Amino acid sequence: MGFITSWFRSTKPLLQLYTGSFSIDRTGQILATTIPSSFPNDLLRSIGQAVMRTFNEAQAARLSLGELVIHFPGLKITAREMRGGAFIFLTTPQSQTTYKRKQSLL
Amino acid sequence: MEIRRKVLLVDDDPELLDIYRDTFTELPSKPEVETATTGTKALAMLESGEYRLLVTDLRMPRMDGLQLLAIVRRKWPELRTVVLTSNADERFRSRVYALGVDLYWSKPSSEAEMAQFVECMESLLAREEEPGFRGVQSKSLVDLVQLECISQGSTVLRITNGPFTGHIWVSNGEVVDAETEEVRGEAAFQRILRWKAGNFEFLPAEPARPRTIFKPYNALLLETAQAIDESNHAPEAVETIAPAGPPDSPLTPASGLTALMETDGVEFALKMVADTRIDSRGLNQPELLATWVRQSVNRFRELGESLQAGNLDLITGMGAQQNLTIANKGGTDLCVGWKPDLTAEDLRERMKKIVTLWAS
Repeated sequence: MGFITSWFRSTKPLLQLYTGSFSIDRTGQILATTIPSSFPNDLLRSIGQAVMRTFNEAQAARLSLGELVIHFPGLKITAREMRGGAFIFLTTPQSQTTYKRKQSLL
Repeated sequence: MEIRRKVLLVDDDPELLDIYRDTFTELPSKPEVETATTGTKALAMLESGEYRLLVTDLRMPRMDGLQLLAIVRRKWPELRTVVLTSNADERFRSRVYALGVDLYWSKPSSEAEMAQFVECMESLLAREEEPGFRGVQSKSLVDLVQLECISQGSTVLRITNGPFTGHIWVSNGEVVDAETEEVRGEAAFQRILRWKAGNFEFLPAEPARPRTIFKPYNALLLETAQAIDESNHAPEAVETIAPAGPPDSPLTPASGLTALMETDGVEFALKMVADTRIDSRGLNQPELLATWVRQSVNRFRELGESLQAGNLDLITGMGAQQNLTIANKGGTDLCVGWKPDLTAEDLRERMKKIVTLWAS
């Protein structure tokens, strides 16, 4: 019985962060993305909306910002304002290390 | 009386929890072990008790280990955390360490592995809680320098404090030189000794190092202690982190924003404590910026939590006319405006230094 209960114990997969990019329009809708489809779409939209709101509120605060970089220990979000929308790059620490290693080898 | 440290074990498998409980109970430090089968239960237990160590699985139903750790790192930064998982995906190892977790362990599958794990846990539990330089717990830099001088030794003491690195040269029991951030001599020595935590290592002696400090080490340490004491009581001392500025007086919260404004490249500064108190320099309408900073910080803090990417480190905003960086330290949001010619990496490095000095 213990075997059956442990077999059927439902554990959702852990959230994997990816390196990639996506573009959003002025309403925060995703236009195109290179992020794997296994990454939850609503989280991708949350990132886009957070970025757009920050850009818009910056304008209201009389700050003209063209780029935002948000650093977390596990992820770097780089957003560039683009014709009312934005282009957003996600970078994980692993990919940054790999890039630096490749650069040092070149 | 011996203090029994409390350990919280979190795993959705009660049988495994029982095994781990037995293992932890047998540790030489005899910790008080409690268990939780879900992340939410673990959070409730952490709210109600003072724990020393949290050991959690990653894969759990509803709230998984990453979600739990993201909250734990924010709410209880002092709590030591260990991930114990059977998840073979190595990508999660660096992710977990990025969240600030102390150790990432694959679930032991042999007696030898279990013995190693037990040894590791005991060492984690035995570590003192007081701040100190790694290597000699609870010893200050003054103690380290004194130790080397009293023993008439010769060495180079290399100290790192976040983005800063400093060197102190000791020759035959006397401090002969010091260097950090393009500052040398006594000024560098005083600056290094203000650092409260970090890492150090003893490097081989460099007998040929030119001498720039001629005072006996006792006098030097006494003067440094006095200088630190005075600067701690001087609320508006002129202090800067820029190499061009006065070299012997780093920025501290006590020195205020006036000092920060003298840092090379800074155009304005805004400090917000507990969402209400605002202090600013170089801004005409600080409230407008403060509202934006507060909204942005809260928004990205929440986003970081839902992405399980760890606590928000830094926000950098760049524009044609101005650049700004936002960081939080000790409940204070600090927004610094910079000249527009600095790159994102420059801004990050400069802000890291400001925050380190602010905290130190």
